[in-house]
Amino acid sequence: MAFDDVKTDNFKVVGQRVKRPDGIDKVTGKAKFGADVVAPGMLFAAIVRSPHAHARIVKIDTTKAAALKGVKGFVTRADFATGLKGGNLDVLENVMAGEKALYDGHAVAAVAATSALIARDAAKLVEVEYEILPHVTDVDKAMLADAPVIREGAADKSVPEGLHPNVVRYHESGHGDVEAGFAAADLVVEDSFLTEATHQGYIEPHACLAQLGKDNKGELWCCTQGHWNVQKLCAEMLGMETSQLRVTASEIGGGFGGKTAVFIEPVALALARKTNRPVKLVMSRSEVFRATGPTSSTSMDVKIGMTKDGIITAGEGTFRLQGGAFPGAPMEFTAMCAFAPYNLENVKQVGYDVLANRPKQAAYRAPGSPMAAFAVESVIDELCKKLDLDPIEVRLKNASKQGTKASFGPTWDRIGLVETLEAAQTHPHYAAPLKEGQGRGVSCGFWFNHGGETSVTLALSEDGTAQLSVGTPDIGGSRASMAQMAAEELGIPYDSVRATVADTATLGYNEVSHGSRVTYASGLATIKAARAAVKILCARAAAKWGIDEDAVVWEDGCAKPSGPNAGDFDPLPIEKLTRSMGRTGGPIVGHFEATPEGAGVSFATHIVDAEVDKETGQTKIVRYTVVQDAGKAINPTYVEGQFQGGAAQGIGWALNEEYIYGEDGRLQNAVFLDYRIPVASDLPMIDTVIVEVPNPGHPYGVRGVGETSICPPLAAIANAVSSAAGVRLKQLPMSPPRILAALDKQANG
Amino acid sequence: MIHVSTKINGDDVEFLCDPRETLLDTLRDKLGLTGSKEGCGTGDCGACSVTMDGRLVCSCLVLGAEADGKEIETVEGIADGENLHLLQEKFIEHAALQCGICTPGILVATKSLLEKHPDPTETQVRYWLAGNLCRCTGYDKIIRAVMETAADLRKAS
Repeated sequence: MAFDDVKTDNFKVVGQRVKRPDGIDKVTGKAKFGADVVAPGMLFAAIVRSPHAHARIVKIDTTKAAALKGVKGFVTRADFATGLKGGNLDVLENVMAGEKALYDGHAVAAVAATSALIARDAAKLVEVEYEILPHVTDVDKAMLADAPVIREGAADKSVPEGLHPNVVRYHESGHGDVEAGFAAADLVVEDSFLTEATHQGYIEPHACLAQLGKDNKGELWCCTQGHWNVQKLCAEMLGMETSQLRVTASEIGGGFGGKTAVFIEPVALALARKTNRPVKLVMSRSEVFRATGPTSSTSMDVKIGMTKDGIITAGEGTFRLQGGAFPGAPMEFTAMCAFAPYNLENVKQVGYDVLANRPKQAAYRAPGSPMAAFAVESVIDELCKKLDLDPIEVRLKNASKQGTKASFGPTWDRIGLVETLEAAQTHPHYAAPLKEGQGRGVSCGFWFNHGGETSVTLALSEDGTAQLSVGTPDIGGSRASMAQMAAEELGIPYDSVRATVADTATLGYNEVSHGSRVTYASGLATIKAARAAVKILCARAAAKWGIDEDAVVWEDGCAKPSGPNAGDFDPLPIEKLTRSMGRTGGPIVGHFEATPEGAGVSFATHIVDAEVDKETGQTKIVRYTVVQDAGKAINPTYVEGQFQGGAAQGIGWALNEEYIYGEDGRLQNAVFLDYRIPVASDLPMIDTVIVEVPNPGHPYGVRGVGETSICPPLAAIANAVSSAAGVRLKQLPMSPPRILAALDKQANG
Repeated sequence: MIHVSTKINGDDVEFLCDPRETLLDTLRDKLGLTGSKEGCGTGDCGACSVTMDGRLVCSCLVLGAEADGKEIETVEGIADGENLHLLQEKFIEHAALQCGICTPGILVATKSLLEKHPDPTETQVRYWLAGNLCRCTGYDKIIRAVMETAADLRKAS
C-alpha cells in the first residue's frame, strides 16, 4: 500500500502538542487499570507455582487447602481444553503445567476463595509431589551434548541435523560471499558477546476479572496489549467459541511487549466456570518476574571486515537465543536486524532458538534487535578505534538508503538512517568536550515496524462531534494521536473527537498493540474511517443541493461546491449535516477494516556519554541524545516520550538489569529491590531529535516510533563505557563487578 | 478482625480489617480507593505512596490497622473539587505520564516534596523520587513538570 499523495504539510491538528483525553482520570486516580475492576460476589484467586526448574508433577493434593474456610474451588490442567496443538498447546502448557513443570514459577494449580488472603493461604496448603529432573538455564550449556532435554520433539524442520534437541528453530540469511569480503578487508575484528535476560518491567502486574458460566458464555476484563488475542487464546484454552467471550481491555499500566501474551486470564476463566462466580486474579511482582516476560538471553559471535578508509567489506553474525522452555525466541529478528543499517555486499547471519528451563520469553520492545546492535555496533566501534576513524563518518559511509538491498533480502524504500546520522553529527552533543573518566559512544539501531489486522469505526453525533472506536489498547497516549488524525480529516477541533478503546464485541479483529503499529495502522484506519464518513457527508450535501456527489469537496469541517461550475451554495458545516442525518439517510458512520502492509521501517542514532568510576566499577550516564526517524510526529510530545522511554529502558538493560539464576535453577532476584530498573536519580535529562522522513505507506507519512528507541542504547552505552574504562565490555549488564573484572583482566592479562 | 477509625482525605472512615491486611489492600479492596496502586507489594516501586499524618509512606508496608487514629491522604485527595492541583495540571501538560500507573504515587510523593522543599534542585527532585519507579518516561518529562510546578507555586505564594 503506497500513498502517492502523502500529506506532509498544512496540518491544523496533527503535529500539535495536545493534552491527552485520559489525563484527568490518570492524575486523580479515577482511571481503571487491570486490578481496579470489581464485580458483585467476586472471588479472589491465587496460583500454586513450581519451586523447581524442571520436575515431573507426580501428584497434586488439595485436601488440606479445601478444608480452609472460604475456599470455593481449584483448577489444574485437567480443567482446560484437551487436543490443542502447536502454538496453542505451548500457550496452555505455559499457562498451566501438564506433566512437567518446566521452570521455577511455572503454574501447576490455582484456587479461588472469598478473599485474597484466604486464596494465598490456600495456595500454600496445596501439596504437590514433584520428581525433580536435571535442568539447564544457560543458552550455551543448553546446546551442549550432555544438556538435559527439556521437551522431546520440539524442534521444527529448519534445524540442521546433529544439533541438540533443545535447538528448536534455525535461521540463516544474507547475500554475497563473506569469505571474499573478509579477504578484501584491511582489518577484520571478530568477537563474542553475552547478554542476560531482562524483564519488560511494567509497573502494573498482570490482572484480570473473569466471569464464565457452564454455558460457556463469558466476560473478561484485563490489562492487555490486545484483547482480541486474549479472546481467541482464552476460547481455545477453555474449549469455548471465540464469539461467546467478550473481552474488555482496562487501562494498561505498561506492557512493552510483555502483555501481548496470556498468563492468568484462562486460569481466572476456568475458576469462574468452576465456581460460577466472578473471579479476580492479580499477580504479585515476584510472580511477574518468575512467570512472565522476560527477554531471551543471548550468546553471539560477530565478525566484520573493514578497509582502512572505513568501508565494511563483509559482516557475519551467529546469534544464539534462549527463549525459555518453549520455542519462539526471536532469533530471526536478531539476525535480520543485526546488519540492517548497513549497505553490505557480503553479509551472513545465523540464528538459533534454544530451549532452557526458564519462563517462556515474551516480546520486549523491538524483540531481538537491541542485542544484535550491541554485538555488531561494538565490533564496528572497535574497528573505528583501531583504524582511527570517526564512528559517525564510518556509519554514514556504509549507511543503508533507498534502493539498498537489505542484509535480510528486501530492497529499502524511502528510509531515514542517513538523516538521523547527519542530525547526530551536527548535534552540539557530538562536539561537546568530555571530562576525565568519561567516554562517548554512538550506535545505530533498526526496527521493522508492523501493520497488522485493524478495525476502526467513527460515528458522528448529531452535534457534529465524533466518537472514534479503536481496538488497540492505548499504552502511551495513542487515543490523543488517533483523535488528532480524525479531527484533521473531519476539520473539527481535537476536543470534539472522543477516542475510545472498544471491546471485542464492538469492532472487528484488531491485532495487539505491538510492532510499533498503533499510530501507523490504527492511525491509517482512523484516517480512512474519517474519509468514509466525509464521503457520506458530502453525499448528503450533494443531495440537498441537487448536484453531483463528485462536485462536493470537504474543507475546514464544511461541505462546499468544488468550484464555480458545481453551483453557488453556502458551505454546509458538519453540525448542520449531522443534525438532519436521521431524515437524510440515517446515522453517519465511517469504518475501515484491513491489514495495512506499508509500515515504514525506522532507524535511530544515539549518542551517549558515560562516566566510569574505575575504583568501584560504577557507571553514570551523564548525557544522552536520541535521534530517530518518526516519519511524521502526530504528537511530538508523545514521540519524545517514546524516544526517552526506550533510551531509559536500554540504560537499565546495559548497566543493571539481569535475571540471576542459582545453581538450583531458581530465579534469585524476583523483586524490584534486586532487579533494579533505572530510578530518577540514575538518569540525566534525555535529549531528543525528531527526524521526519515520510513513510510512503501512511497517508501522513507516519512510522512507528515505540520500539526503535531501545535498539541503539545497549551498544551506544557499551561503546561509551568501553571508551571510558579503556577496555572492551562484551557482556551485559555492565554492572560494577563485570567492569571491575574486565579492568582486572586487562591489568593482569 | 480489628476495628479501625481513621480519617482519609479529610473524611471520617471506619472499617474492620484482618490483622495481616495492608493499608493498601484496605484502601483498594475495602474502601474503593483504587487510585493507590500495587506495583510490587514490597516497598520498592512507590506506586502505593500515601501520606500518614503528613509522612510519605508506601501503603503496602503499612498495616490497615495502623491507620487507626491517623490522617491518611491519597491521590484521590489531591484535587480540590473540580479544580486540579497545579501539579496535576502540569503532569498532563508536560505528558509526564505515558501509561499512568505510577502517576498517583509520584503525585503524592511530589506534593509531599514541595510542601517540605518548595525550591528543590533537579538533583533533589531526582533523589526524592528515586523510590517511585516509572518504566515509561525515563523521568525526563516528570522532572520538568515538577520543576515547573515548584517555580509556579513559588511565584503564586
